[in-house]
Amino acid sequence: MFSTEQRCWFVRKVICWRAAASNAWAVLLLLPITAVFVILSRFSLLHPIQTISECLSLLTSASAIFSFILLCGVILMIGFLNLEYYTVIPAIACSKIALLGQLLHPRQFVNSLVHCIMGIIVAWCCAITIGGRYETLCYTCTQSDGSPQMCLNEFHLILLLAGAFVGFSHSLLGVIYNMNYVSFHTVQQYKYLRFKGSLPLVVKCSATQALYSIRNYIVVYFFLGYIPKAWVCKTLNLHLNSTAQPLDSVAGLLDLSLLYHLWISATFQLFTWYITLQLFRIFITEAYSFPVQSSFTEDAHQCISKVLTDKQPMILKFLALQDLALLSQHSPSRRCEVFSLSQPGGHPHNWNAISKECLSLMTDLTQRLVAYHDTVATNGRAKSLSTGSERKTSSETSVTSGTEDLMSPRPTLLMKTPASVFARSIVGGPQSPLTAPFTPDLDSPFASPALRRLTAPVDCSPWHGTVQSPHIMRRGPKLWSTSTDSQVNGSPVPSPASVPSPKQETSKPSVLAQFLHNRKEQVKNFLAKRVLIMYLFNKLPEASSQALFADSQAHIWALEGLSYLVQASFSEDHFGVVQTTLPSILSCMLVLQEAVDRHFKLPHASSKPIKSTISMGDSSYKTLRFALRATLKTAIYRITATFGDHLKAVQLSAEHRKRLQHFLEYKE
Amino acid sequence: MCSLALFPPPLPSGQTTMCESNNELLPGTNTEDRLRLDSSPLSLYFPRESLKLHSRTESSSKAAFLDHSETLWMRSAAAWRDGGYIGLLNEITNSDREVPKWLSVSSGCILALLRWVSSFHGSLFPHLTLSCENMIAEFSQVLNWSDCVVRAFAWHPHTDKFAVALLDDSIKIYNPKSATTPTLKHRLQRSVAAVQWKPLCASALAVACQNCLLVWHVDPCSLSTRPSSGCAQVLSHPGHSPVTSIAWSPSGSLLLSASPMDTAMMVWDVAAESCVPLQRVGGGGVTFLTWSPDGSHVLASTPSAVFRVWETRMWTCERWPCVKGRCQSGCWSPDGSRLLFTVQGETVIYALTFTDTQGIPTSTSKGPQAAAVVADLSETTFNTPDGDIIVGGEIQSLAWDPRGERLAVLLKGHPQAADRPAVIAVFKTRTSPIFELLPCGFVQGEPGAEPRLMQFHPNFQHGALLTVCWSTGRITHVPFYFLSAGVPRYGLSGSPSLPCAQERPDDFVNQSLFTELIS
Repeated sequence: MFSTEQRCWFVRKVICWRAAASNAWAVLLLLPITAVFVILSRFSLLHPIQTISECLSLLTSASAIFSFILLCGVILMIGFLNLEYYTVIPAIACSKIALLGQLLHPRQFVNSLVHCIMGIIVAWCCAITIGGRYETLCYTCTQSDGSPQMCLNEFHLILLLAGAFVGFSHSLLGVIYNMNYVSFHTVQQYKYLRFKGSLPLVVKCSATQALYSIRNYIVVYFFLGYIPKAWVCKTLNLHLNSTAQPLDSVAGLLDLSLLYHLWISATFQLFTWYITLQLFRIFITEAYSFPVQSSFTEDAHQCISKVLTDKQPMILKFLALQDLALLSQHSPSRRCEVFSLSQPGGHPHNWNAISKECLSLMTDLTQRLVAYHDTVATNGRAKSLSTGSERKTSSETSVTSGTEDLMSPRPTLLMKTPASVFARSIVGGPQSPLTAPFTPDLDSPFASPALRRLTAPVDCSPWHGTVQSPHIMRRGPKLWSTSTDSQVNGSPVPSPASVPSPKQETSKPSVLAQFLHNRKEQVKNFLAKRVLIMYLFNKLPEASSQALFADSQAHIWALEGLSYLVQASFSEDHFGVVQTTLPSILSCMLVLQEAVDRHFKLPHASSKPIKSTISMGDSSYKTLRFALRATLKTAIYRITATFGDHLKAVQLSAEHRKRLQHFLEYKE
Repeated sequence: MCSLALFPPPLPSGQTTMCESNNELLPGTNTEDRLRLDSSPLSLYFPRESLKLHSRTESSSKAAFLDHSETLWMRSAAAWRDGGYIGLLNEITNSDREVPKWLSVSSGCILALLRWVSSFHGSLFPHLTLSCENMIAEFSQVLNWSDCVVRAFAWHPHTDKFAVALLDDSIKIYNPKSATTPTLKHRLQRSVAAVQWKPLCASALAVACQNCLLVWHVDPCSLSTRPSSGCAQVLSHPGHSPVTSIAWSPSGSLLLSASPMDTAMMVWDVAAESCVPLQRVGGGGVTFLTWSPDGSHVLASTPSAVFRVWETRMWTCERWPCVKGRCQSGCWSPDGSRLLFTVQGETVIYALTFTDTQGIPTSTSKGPQAAAVVADLSETTFNTPDGDIIVGGEIQSLAWDPRGERLAVLLKGHPQAADRPAVIAVFKTRTSPIFELLPCGFVQGEPGAEPRLMQFHPNFQHGALLTVCWSTGRITHVPFYFLSAGVPRYGLSGSPSLPCAQERPDDFVNQSLFTELIS
């Protein structure tokens, strides 16, 4: 397929350049930041002029230039880590144990290690810059007997270790607060203005975070400081100066100048890293304009319709969707290309590809919501969704469709395939009384959300007169009491022939299911009595709700793009290409709206965004579901307000027509 | 240029303007007018006496309670919560018997220093020294806001319902199709300066309050008359109060808010309760915002003699310095290409024309170079049977009907002089093929009633519908029946027959009116 070559294309041509540009700016900004740091770290209130002259001479010295080069290397390394670890879909831990698993992941371990080393390097540069008692690791001291020997300079050591600690805690907090998550802004601004706007936040965050980190570090050093001290003395064959005050004591740590220097160097370290991160975010999320159609076949893979259908890399899909939302709002000429027909043949390929992808995104979300609602509604609490950790505990892997199921948009079924029509006939068919007794509880592995995805796209087929709603869909999967792994994991489009086959073997696996179910219940009951295990494994309802909507930025753009295009089609679509898909767009939106409404009526999903504290970790993923709900409603209203009573001529099911009438009367 | 001298004289006292029909503003006598007003479901009357006002401020009600001594820590925490740094310092300075002397003295010194700095800042921007209420009154679009029974009014952009903010800090929502009139009250809903409904939404209503923004979600199907305060989202940002103006984007996705105390204009993503400050130094704050109906531009005026026109794609702005005073009010033509604005201290209406091609940010496209004067509203004396009436002067606010055919101008008048009342002058406008302003007439209310606030109905079928809130607490609707020149519209069965009175417009056509040639 073309996906690999295309990834190469986009990552090589755009992402890498953007990352490089952001790193270059971070390196350029390092010079003024360092100058400010030098002045702040050596400032003395009594001799201001002397301080400044000292600083100037220091900045031009060879050691300063060497440490500056080292700092540039650190910035480049941090920039590389940002590029390597960034994500547009946050990994949300749904339970304590999942968070623990994230923290102990080998990848994360490497990240922490590198951050520690970088922290030590930055701290060493800080020590050189501050000078005075911090400058060297060892110095000659006189023992009590008068003989000179090499002693350990504990001030230097405490600064280096502080750098390592701050780097380590930065990396840990990065996991907890999803600092590698890159969010897209609703307001488009030029890069310079965005950077200028975020600068106060970066200063504030680095100062406060440095304060907290240093507080924690001092506590740790007070209790465990003797270990690194002894180790360094032993390996480097140094001695401890018995006359000097040891620093891991109350008196040693209550040195205001030491605390200030620790804090200012930690602030410097975090500030340079945060600036690098912020620049990376700003550069990487800059809108990219994809061509709608290209006149050359070799560039065809760069067109928005091709790029949209790509699974990897996610940033490409996100940027394409963002571009779709922007072009549908602001650019009539590009909209015109979307509505155009192909030159030989006269097919609306662009519109078909775009609308199909947007609709499949929405359908996918609907199925996810319905599946989640089912598990929660039957069980009273969220279960078997989106934790890698729970997979280890449960005996069947088919229960948990896994984190990646939720995190990445699955290959979804095409709407107009005969399979979906067929599935509908099965669901509504007369077999239901026959299979109902064998239908396992929804708690069982076979009612997995993955299974529901099989039948769910049915609800978007617009031309059925039957009732289409998640209520029906929820009942649907009960008729199918076996899981078909090939369809869950493999082929995106089940052939019509393969659909009835699982129905034949209904009875046999359900006995097995019953057995496994009982076993699992026993294990669960046993484990439930242990408090610690319950604490670790208990679902955080808020988090699972967030995880469900983790990639909803894509859905928001798809909704915006579709609705603006439909709105524009009222006057700009000369060939009527949009009209053919209008029924499916409307019914898809309405079904999604119903599913979202039901999700917000769940008892443990909070109905209002929680006030987030100000931190560098972008917490906008926590409010995505609210944004999605609002965007969805606005999108439907946008279509109804544009078309008005003309919508009565659109073929829709009776239930959808009723819902649409509510929108037409502004009663939703 | 169109001036007030071309206007038909105001109605004799005792008569009120009923409607425009056949190109003529029809007067109505008082008694039949009153009957009609009372029968119409949307005409409302809020007598001042019916409102329960906060006659005492919260501090004055303290005297009614027993003195209760709290510990210094509690009081400090409360002061911190209520008044921030300044409040805390005040508290420490005032309780000098309980704190160490050095603390109270040093906090007193810091306080004095802060006051000195803020007074210096205030000398640069005099509006910063105003109190909260006075500031809202100064920059509100409502005439004499602090004494107004109806403080804010907003039509729903798609349906026939509207929201009314009253002097007692409550908001009522009227819908002719439903019997319930929900009353919205919230602890933080004080000194409402503006309300606006979210476009492309049935339920969301944004309210600009003294300390925050509230976004109410009023379910149109709900039967509850007192929605709980849980239905309101509170949006606040430190330093961003009082909020004097809000504007929803026409696409319903973003909400802008402005405060004269804050140099940044906030762009809110309401669903996520997050905001992006758009900071521009200069001006000392932002007082008034209007979003052009096509969503491409935003007018943001400042307390100084400068205003900005933002382009909403990349959020860059053009800076427009005024000669005399600050920009008091402004409105956009329906296609977003023309901005009319007024400047404090001047009696003219200016126009700016934006001809930017879609898709290219405004910064690169050719903007206008200077504003053109399109109407002169300086004082004009009319001889009426009741004596001379002087009309004209400074302009409080502008409103343009959604079809771009009628422009209503609220003239301030003089509160002391009886013969110079505040009055609404209405122009007929035409945007294509050339931009024209023609006089239409004055809208007058009952004797003694001053217009305070006006707004056009966003989708009136038979022309334009101007809603006016009067100083007496009455809300009336003045329909302007006309056939739209631009788009042919169906279903105009209710419109009056046109060919009856053709003589009057001919008089105006012959006189020199403002016309602008397309260059």
